Amino acid sequence: MTPIEDDESDDRITWLDHSKTRLALHLLSEGEGPPLLVLHGLGESSANLRLADVSAWPGPIHGLDFTGHGRSTASQGGGYTCELLMADADAALAVLGPSTLHGRGLGAYVALLTAGGRPDLVQGAILCDGPGLAGGGSRPTGPMIPHPDPQAADIPDPYALVELARDLRPSDYVTEFVRQALEHSQVDPPIIVSAAEDPEWLHSVADIPGIQRASPTRALTLYRDRLHPAPRLSHPKR
Amino acid sequence: MENVAAMRERVSTSETELTTDEARFASPGGAELPARCYRIRSHGNSLAVSEWGDAEAPPLLLAHGGFDFAQTFCRFAPLLAAGGYRIISWDQRGHGDSEHTALYSWEADMRDALAVLDTICHEPVPFVGHSKGGSLLIQLALACPHRVSHLVSIDGLPSRSAQPDVADHERTSRFAREVAGWLDHRRRSALRQRPPGSLEDLARRRGRMNPRLDHEWLCFLVTRGARRDADGWRWKIDPALRFGGFGPWRPDWALQRLPSLSPPLLGLLAGQREPMGFDSNLEDLAPFLPRHTEIERFEKAGHFIHIEEPAPVANRILEFLKS
Repeated sequence: MTPIEDDESDDRITWLDHSKTRLALHLLSEGEGPPLLVLHGLGESSANLRLADVSAWPGPIHGLDFTGHGRSTASQGGGYTCELLMADADAALAVLGPSTLHGRGLGAYVALLTAGGRPDLVQGAILCDGPGLAGGGSRPTGPMIPHPDPQAADIPDPYALVELARDLRPSDYVTEFVRQALEHSQVDPPIIVSAAEDPEWLHSVADIPGIQRASPTRALTLYRDRLHPAPRLSHPKR
Repeated sequence: MENVAAMRERVSTSETELTTDEARFASPGGAELPARCYRIRSHGNSLAVSEWGDAEAPPLLLAHGGFDFAQTFCRFAPLLAAGGYRIISWDQRGHGDSEHTALYSWEADMRDALAVLDTICHEPVPFVGHSKGGSLLIQLALACPHRVSHLVSIDGLPSRSAQPDVADHERTSRFAREVAGWLDHRRRSALRQRPPGSLEDLARRRGRMNPRLDHEWLCFLVTRGARRDADGWRWKIDPALRFGGFGPWRPDWALQRLPSLSPPLLGLLAGQREPMGFDSNLEDLAPFLPRHTEIERFEKAGHFIHIEEPAPVANRILEFLKS
């Protein structure tokens, strides 16, 4: 996977060739120090994000368009899973280095998977409300073969909308990722639950000792203070 | 956006010409190439379809397992066809001569299976699937009970868990390795190619995962499932696909759905354990088997029962289809 600078359009986008997908990684705001990576909700893109929600972050702020969303390319005929979106987020981390994740809805779930999958690269994950937070629940419903709306626009990819809204998130599976984050993350707490909606998977995450609940603003402040300590005034010894 | 099931294209599959020395692997005993090869489009992707038997005979849908392709049925499908069927099988996306896609998932495979079925007919037909193909067709039968007359699973019935009992901390660290290993693989897969080799090298490599299949047969599979590039033979399968993995699905869920199956079910189990085997066991399955179920265990065969014992398996299935 190689970052490619796009020469014909937005110089605030870094293009990532990730497997057969071309991912758009947007620089939303410049800054010094550890970066914040914002992960959008289902059907959204980095263009929809409200920067005001994260403007307290002093470091650079990046937004990743998941496969099938925003400026990133789609997968012909679908095949979307949250695990594959975790790999999208990992592709961004490969370029950005250790980062704090701020996920909305679907992006919150992907942030949690990434925090467990790459505990060495995720410096805290904030899980916020947004489209696609609940997913398809903890257990499969009756077997069916869902088809996307044939009239829908190409982006967001209608296959992504159908498949990622049904993605299963059983508690015991989610818990494995939390355990990894708790054991290996260098940031305490490794995950902060900031969503008001309380689907079963998120409820079980918040119940695990070591995981905190806090408002999105407080969560961002907490990680900011941990990772961007205010410069100390030096008092020369007498 | 193209979304409607499938349209046929009469395009042949890609074939590599064999050297004089390689030609000895072209037709092992009993193998018969498909009578018809063509492509269909499923949700924008091109899928390669192989058919055996009389084009006017009653159709039967046949699904291959993970990392296989339709022409791995070259020995088995002709025997079913001889029983009076038109056998239709397809290369799953990313496999054999079908198109490689950006992403792969169970749901995408399910939609492709339905797209293939839609090109055949809308009357109920028998489904026969091996391994992952068996699991796919069980789910297709549950989702579309009006499209299936009989269901046969060849070492593809749900298994409670192939994972041996291990301590909790060991399970967690194994899980961590799997996730990180998969992410590493995904990072590399834009640049990755399957390693090249001679025809026999590829057969030997496959033999590590299919230790019970003879070298001559594996060499034949190379002639169908691989192509010759400038630097050697390569399997056609998408290098982005990776064996094993992790995900939210629980084997128990598949087991619990079994009782709701409506067509008669024939389950063939393998007696010999091997790397790709499902290890389904009758004790776990028994409480969940639907009423019209027949189970047959092939004691001396491994995961590829239909390749090791093609005639007994085909005969057993043909007998079951008469019921």
